[in-house]
Amino acid sequence: MPKRKKKIIVIGGGLTGLSLAMKICERNAEVVIVSYQSLKRSHSVCAQGGINAAIDARNEGDSPENHFYDTIKGGDFLAHQPPVRDMCHQAPEIIHLLDRMGVAFNRTGEGHLEFRRFGGTLYSRTAFAGATTGQQLVYALDEQVRRFQHDGAVETLEWHEYLGAVIDTQGVCRGAVLQDLRTNTVFTLAGDAVVLATGGPGQVYVRSTNSTVNTGAAATMAYLQGAKYGNGEFIQIHPTAIPGPDKLRLMSESARGEGGRLWVPRKAGDARAPKLIPDSERNYFLEDKFPLFGNLVPRDVASREIHDIVYNQNLGIAGEPMVYLDLTHKSSQFLEDRLGGIIDIYKKFTGDDPKDVPMKIFPAVHYSMGGLWTDYEADGNGMIEHGSPRNQATSIPGLYAGGEADYQYHGANRLGANSLLSCIYTGLMMCRGIFTYIDNQDKSVDDIPSTTFGDARNYWEGRLKEIKAMKGNENPYQLHKELGDIMMGNVLIVRDNKKLEKTIQKIDDIKIRFKDVKCVDTSDWANPAPSFINQLYCMIELSRVIAKSAIMRDEFRGAHYKPEFDLKQPSDFDPHEYINYLEKKNYGEVPENTFPKGHLDYMKQFEANNQNWLKSTIAEYKNDKPEISYEPVDTSIVTPRPRKYD
Amino acid sequence: MNEKTVKLKIKRRDKPDTKTYWQEFVIPYQERLNVIACLQAIQADPTTHLGETVNPVTWDCNCLEETCGSCTMLINGKVRQACTALIDSLEQPVVLEPMSKFPVIRDLQVDRSRMFENLKKVKAWVEIDGTHDIGEGPVMSDQVRAQRYALSECMSCGCCLEACPQFSLTNNFMGASTFSQVRLFNLHPSGSMLQEERLDAVMGEGGITDCGNAQVCVEVCPKSIPLTESIADIGRQTTLQTLKNIFMK
Repeated sequence: MPKRKKKIIVIGGGLTGLSLAMKICERNAEVVIVSYQSLKRSHSVCAQGGINAAIDARNEGDSPENHFYDTIKGGDFLAHQPPVRDMCHQAPEIIHLLDRMGVAFNRTGEGHLEFRRFGGTLYSRTAFAGATTGQQLVYALDEQVRRFQHDGAVETLEWHEYLGAVIDTQGVCRGAVLQDLRTNTVFTLAGDAVVLATGGPGQVYVRSTNSTVNTGAAATMAYLQGAKYGNGEFIQIHPTAIPGPDKLRLMSESARGEGGRLWVPRKAGDARAPKLIPDSERNYFLEDKFPLFGNLVPRDVASREIHDIVYNQNLGIAGEPMVYLDLTHKSSQFLEDRLGGIIDIYKKFTGDDPKDVPMKIFPAVHYSMGGLWTDYEADGNGMIEHGSPRNQATSIPGLYAGGEADYQYHGANRLGANSLLSCIYTGLMMCRGIFTYIDNQDKSVDDIPSTTFGDARNYWEGRLKEIKAMKGNENPYQLHKELGDIMMGNVLIVRDNKKLEKTIQKIDDIKIRFKDVKCVDTSDWANPAPSFINQLYCMIELSRVIAKSAIMRDEFRGAHYKPEFDLKQPSDFDPHEYINYLEKKNYGEVPENTFPKGHLDYMKQFEANNQNWLKSTIAEYKNDKPEISYEPVDTSIVTPRPRKYD
Repeated sequence: MNEKTVKLKIKRRDKPDTKTYWQEFVIPYQERLNVIACLQAIQADPTTHLGETVNPVTWDCNCLEETCGSCTMLINGKVRQACTALIDSLEQPVVLEPMSKFPVIRDLQVDRSRMFENLKKVKAWVEIDGTHDIGEGPVMSDQVRAQRYALSECMSCGCCLEACPQFSLTNNFMGASTFSQVRLFNLHPSGSMLQEERLDAVMGEGGITDCGNAQVCVEVCPKSIPLTESIADIGRQTTLQTLKNIFMK
């Protein structure tokens, strides 16, 4: 345990990084925030609809336990339950803290917090600031961190890129290798712990709702350095985004939370203007199929239905891969007040005003439920022991991860408005555990020989020099586009093993072609090319993890849909039957006639499938390949059962 | 070759202290192309209209949906975000230049850290007691919330400062975005506890009295923030503060 102040290196200036930095400052330790760009501009600003907390402001009978159950069910029971439960119980406190910081949350007539509906729940549980909630939360946390900056308590290294961890001979992370993106110099920073709060990997698909910095390179580098990567195959496809040549821009789930309806014309190829199509000739496909949840089914369900309407039923608008997201029945004042942010985006990019004409949308890659494997310590009461050094620890000692970069809060499918929560929750929660970790160290970073740092720096200097010397024929940006096309082709909403096999071959081809890349810029000032080529290398490696994890998981769970393994839930099935079945089973063989026809068979298949596949996928980088193994999921609080939303 | 094309003329600079020069590029046209997509096309094939292979143009961007503020530049002479600049609505050649009121890093990248330093000067934050659980935030009417929300959409893009005749590379004028943030935090029940310190900060050199009232800031703001209202309001607040300083101190 060092006598000086503890020093923690936080990589990433989004919600997780900022929340953690604030906590560290408060506890009187040193923190360095490393950000690829100015702090205020991280991808967290793109979150729109809101943040969940079961405050039950509308007296609907909501509770953190309901929030926990909805989240676990939404994730198709793949998430470890104690961390999710702890997060849901902390959520109300987190919202009040953000409110105290001055976030402009919408308010009720009495001046309290207003909440709205979101997907995968029947409660109004989502606090929001117009339709730019993520931006507003980043700003509030950024302001608090700036306050500490003003007092000299925090160092920020903006325009710096994390290249890798400094790992000592015992395998412990002792610091980070960074590149100054202006001078292009490489240096190391020693710290008592390093935290990756580096977000998701949407750029692996190139066109997604993600920002350009979301390459997942930092998390991938940890994987390449030996950290376990969990549930890589679980990529969320958001049902509603604006199709576009450079980016698929998100149209928040809050549009449906505030009453937006999805529909297509009943007649295939109907090219009439939407307003000329009477209600009787419209197919409100989610409302018809899911009377209970309607347009607010979880994202995996909604995206599959849109895919089915467009590609299997050929009912896309005028034959194109698009469906309507209709808000025109709502008043203009209401929409401006609660959804102004996304209405502006739609108007600016399409020229149409969603207040007058229904939006045309299609699903898009949005979020990675998977990420770096991280640990936790349950307290025996189904909550988390907040002081444990295991919380949010990756499999490399001293290296931590949180936010979208970790794998443990969303299972097989994330519920809307839970991402902002998991980002802030992990950031705030992990601080104490990291302090315990540092206190428990026999050997501090001060005892590590300088050669450990020198070697790490030399390695990265050499690596970037090597990249700069690449004189092949492949343009790296072009190669990136091709990688994205491959991933978009087969690792999306519907997955098929034969196609995945080809995908893996194609990624391997890209990996070979990578050797023939040309470093298109060899200058020595603010040169982004070598850095991008290194990120491209990481994206290729991560796409191998995603594709291999996907081909190996032979089941249908959450966002991972293989029609071949769909157990085809009977339409009149009630999930309680399954609990009933499990109880009856304790007393011996369950007779066929206990349940409606076909149900027992279905339940037995469901049970057997869970035995095979209710496991976390773990990828480890061995012999230049992802090696896949599985770990059990902690389902100690609620019994996994079939999901149903109608 | 039938193809429609897009012509771009880009002002370049290799390093902060080297000379600027212009290069032209021609890229294939696509529907709904924006300036960012054009710059990405140049990255994928960095060849000028004369067929010369050059270093790809560098620029800052991130969200591509006008929420992060990164990709601000001069497009056909007008300051705006490159992501929402759609080629179909721009005259060609599309002329791209870096913002002129901030130091250039390289090509279209500039250093806007001055904006963030100004936020420190005016203490643009709510001074909370701590992050521990001490209950709910202050009750606030939705009208005040709506007023604050409009101001808090400022993404520190710098458009208002680029357009401002008073703001220059060499002076220390704070500019509209900073004054507007003073108003934002003075409007918050607990934020207002630092009101006097904030007002004192904008009453000094580079402060509110240097504003020439040109009103162009509000015209170029991509988020339609009522910047001139903020300036007027902070003007009033500082006047009261001056009187208070005279009589109370």
